[in-house]
Amino acid sequence: MTEFSNEEEQKMPQHKNHTEFMGRKGFFLSLLQIFRSLLIRVGVLPFLVLACLLIFGILSDNFLTVRNLANVLRQSVYLVIVSLGQMLVLLTGGFDLSVGTIVAMSSVVGALSMTAAYAVIPEMLWLVILLGCFGGVAAGMLIGVVNGLGVAVFNVSPFMISLGMASVGFGIALYLTGGVPVYGMPVEFSDIFGFGVFYGIPVPVYFAAFITVILSFVLYRTSFGRYMYSVGGNIKAARLSGVSTKLTLFWTYVLCALLSSVAGVLLTARLDTGEANIGSKLPLESIAACVIAGVSLRGGVGRIESVVLGALFIGLVQNGMNLARIESYLQTVVLGLLLIFAVIADQIRLKYISSSRG
Amino acid sequence: MVALLQLKKIRKEYSGVAVVRDINLELESGEAHVLFGENGAGKSVLISMIAGASRPSRGEIYFKGKRVNIWSVQDARRLGISAVFQEFSLIPQMTVEENLFLGAEITAAGLLRKSLLHAMAAELLASLDFDISPSRRVDTLTRAEQQMVEIAKAFRSDLSILILDEPTASLTQHETQRLLLLIEKLKKQGVGIIYITHRLAEIRQIGTRITVLRDGHYIDTVPAKTTDEKQLIKLMTGRSVEKIFPALPREIFETLLAVNSLTTKDGSVKEASLHVRRGEIVGLAGLIGSGKSEFAQACFGMRAWLKGSLVFKEKKIKFNSAGYVRIASMLRAGFLYLPSDRREEGLMMMRSVRENMSLAALKKKPFSNGVLLNKRAEVKKTKELAKKIRLSPPNIESAVELFSGGNQQKVMLARCLSQKYDLIVFDEPTVGVDVGTRIVIYEFICELCKQGSAIILISSDLPEILNLCHRAYVFYRGRIQSEHSGVAINETNILSSFFGKGALA
Repeated sequence: MTEFSNEEEQKMPQHKNHTEFMGRKGFFLSLLQIFRSLLIRVGVLPFLVLACLLIFGILSDNFLTVRNLANVLRQSVYLVIVSLGQMLVLLTGGFDLSVGTIVAMSSVVGALSMTAAYAVIPEMLWLVILLGCFGGVAAGMLIGVVNGLGVAVFNVSPFMISLGMASVGFGIALYLTGGVPVYGMPVEFSDIFGFGVFYGIPVPVYFAAFITVILSFVLYRTSFGRYMYSVGGNIKAARLSGVSTKLTLFWTYVLCALLSSVAGVLLTARLDTGEANIGSKLPLESIAACVIAGVSLRGGVGRIESVVLGALFIGLVQNGMNLARIESYLQTVVLGLLLIFAVIADQIRLKYISSSRG
Repeated sequence: MVALLQLKKIRKEYSGVAVVRDINLELESGEAHVLFGENGAGKSVLISMIAGASRPSRGEIYFKGKRVNIWSVQDARRLGISAVFQEFSLIPQMTVEENLFLGAEITAAGLLRKSLLHAMAAELLASLDFDISPSRRVDTLTRAEQQMVEIAKAFRSDLSILILDEPTASLTQHETQRLLLLIEKLKKQGVGIIYITHRLAEIRQIGTRITVLRDGHYIDTVPAKTTDEKQLIKLMTGRSVEKIFPALPREIFETLLAVNSLTTKDGSVKEASLHVRRGEIVGLAGLIGSGKSEFAQACFGMRAWLKGSLVFKEKKIKFNSAGYVRIASMLRAGFLYLPSDRREEGLMMMRSVRENMSLAALKKKPFSNGVLLNKRAEVKKTKELAKKIRLSPPNIESAVELFSGGNQQKVMLARCLSQKYDLIVFDEPTVGVDVGTRIVIYEFICELCKQGSAIILISSDLPEILNLCHRAYVFYRGRIQSEHSGVAINETNILSSFFGKGALA
């Protein structure tokens, strides 16, 4: 009992102080408290989105219009899909620096095989498109298979294998095209998969939505999804629990490549050409989207909803900067700074969490 | 006489919540003062303030009668206060001598005086009776040897207070005895020792006084020699406990596991044969590295076999070409191994209690139909398990890292309840766990055994082998040195085989 009365004594004067200073200082103090607990609960992303909407809304009249925001959504589709793939790899505690190359490979090979098929059987339009898409996706996934084998079987660090494959794939894509864009695909491909609108919503958005739904199901509702978290959470514990860590890692990289390839084919449809240069910024942007969305670089933590929002946020910033007429070179600077800022904010958040539990 | 160190009304708060409340503590020179309490009682926070790793929110510290501020580790060092924490501060890629003098290197014209440092390191280690070569890399040392290096580090300057946070948690009986002798020696030199431990035998052996903490409160300070176990546990938990070890179940059934002359590829186990029956708790004792853990790991598929045979539930288990048993098929057959290092091998610290508990049984009912998860059944089942192991707080959606060490351990052990296992291996199940939690774990093991599982208990804590096992095997240098059962499991018998003497097999 003595301890209890002690505590009462000490709380009392503190309380008095508080009421005395309940003026401006108290207000700011409690505001800071609210900010803190919000940061702990939801992370940095909502704050960033809010700040972004506010700043660009002031800088440009056109920014906060329905048309512009719909435009952002359509432009961000590709990054959303690639970021989802990147997220899977990050969940298992890895990296995929070859997502850009996978997009380029699927674009180039897809376009090449489609033009070739179109030249041979121009009358079977759907088969041509199907063959092209299949070729593109298969080529992209091949890189994922190599990544997966390297990480799962040969224990190469994900950083090294994906960096190496990024170079290999990019080189092949350039070699195949001679550095020139590939033309000559059927117009219908681009008309439907690039510019098509169905019930007022662009076709690529359907793809992104479909992938998001399926992936949510796989990640949250199947044992394979749980295994991806467990491999990133503690690979030894996962192995001792009977999880086949090698298979899990392998399929994660293949899945990431599959998603990136789909993004690559969709992007090819949008550009109406197959290009080797289209994915160069994607590794940075997709990792940024994930990290801003709270995916841990140490693995084991991350949610699909946040990653979708993270990718949309990056699209929003890029669009806002365009409207505010910020030079494209400077935009790259801003993107890098945002990434660093998000990582630092996340560290601060972790500190808050650990200090609030004592 | 003025006390060596005196804490007056020390308080520590984290964002307004007090974790250490107005604690008074007095340390005489030549005294070993034991801090005793459950995990999360505030012992670690208290010593971190004495060692300068964190600052008190309020209160005063007096060193030899003078008021001091210990605001950094350097401040503490200047007063001669050194701490050895559970988490080592050694750099694994560096040698012992480089680690010993890290931050206090001796140089001449900017160059390291390597031969002098080497000689000093050798002298330091010799003076402490530590048999470690100064030029070995730290990552080649065992955990116990690393601990010794860590302690030696505290001795490189004048020492007046040594703080030891559960120093024996990873040591074997033999190494523990050496450490305790060293502490006796230090006491005679007038060093004041603050010692955190959960092991009652150690308290009895070296302790002078015991200060008991509970929930950050100071409870009492009692003399170490005359206070009995029951009294201590009552002070610590606030309730009285009749016995630490439960009564063993009596009924023993058919043989479940039979291993014949197991030899591993890495040579850690040689020609070891043993059997385990349903309803039986079999203890594996021995020094660290004696092969007791390695034996179980080989059976579970974590180590490669060179030769030998393994029969589980009357079925001969096959190895793959590399010599490994498949972990997934052992699990399916009903064999589970729970590792000793929960952080390294046991738990996904950032994931929830629920996901950690269900991981090993995820492919089975009721958790899933093989592919699709049944989340509702998972929540229901894990809630049941949390209740059974008395998880506190009982929140199954919180990340494991937010729980105290004892509760983390319980979460890992609960994995063996997520489905029915016939044979469960507990590898050091009570390392770094307070007595209150220990009692829960012992009961839990006995309960499993009663329900018809067989248990292999690997332990470096001798009382566990003596009181909780039907039979015990003692390992020495990879071989099984002796087998004891019933009343023959006593301290003399077991210890005599620890060091290769009293050979039986």
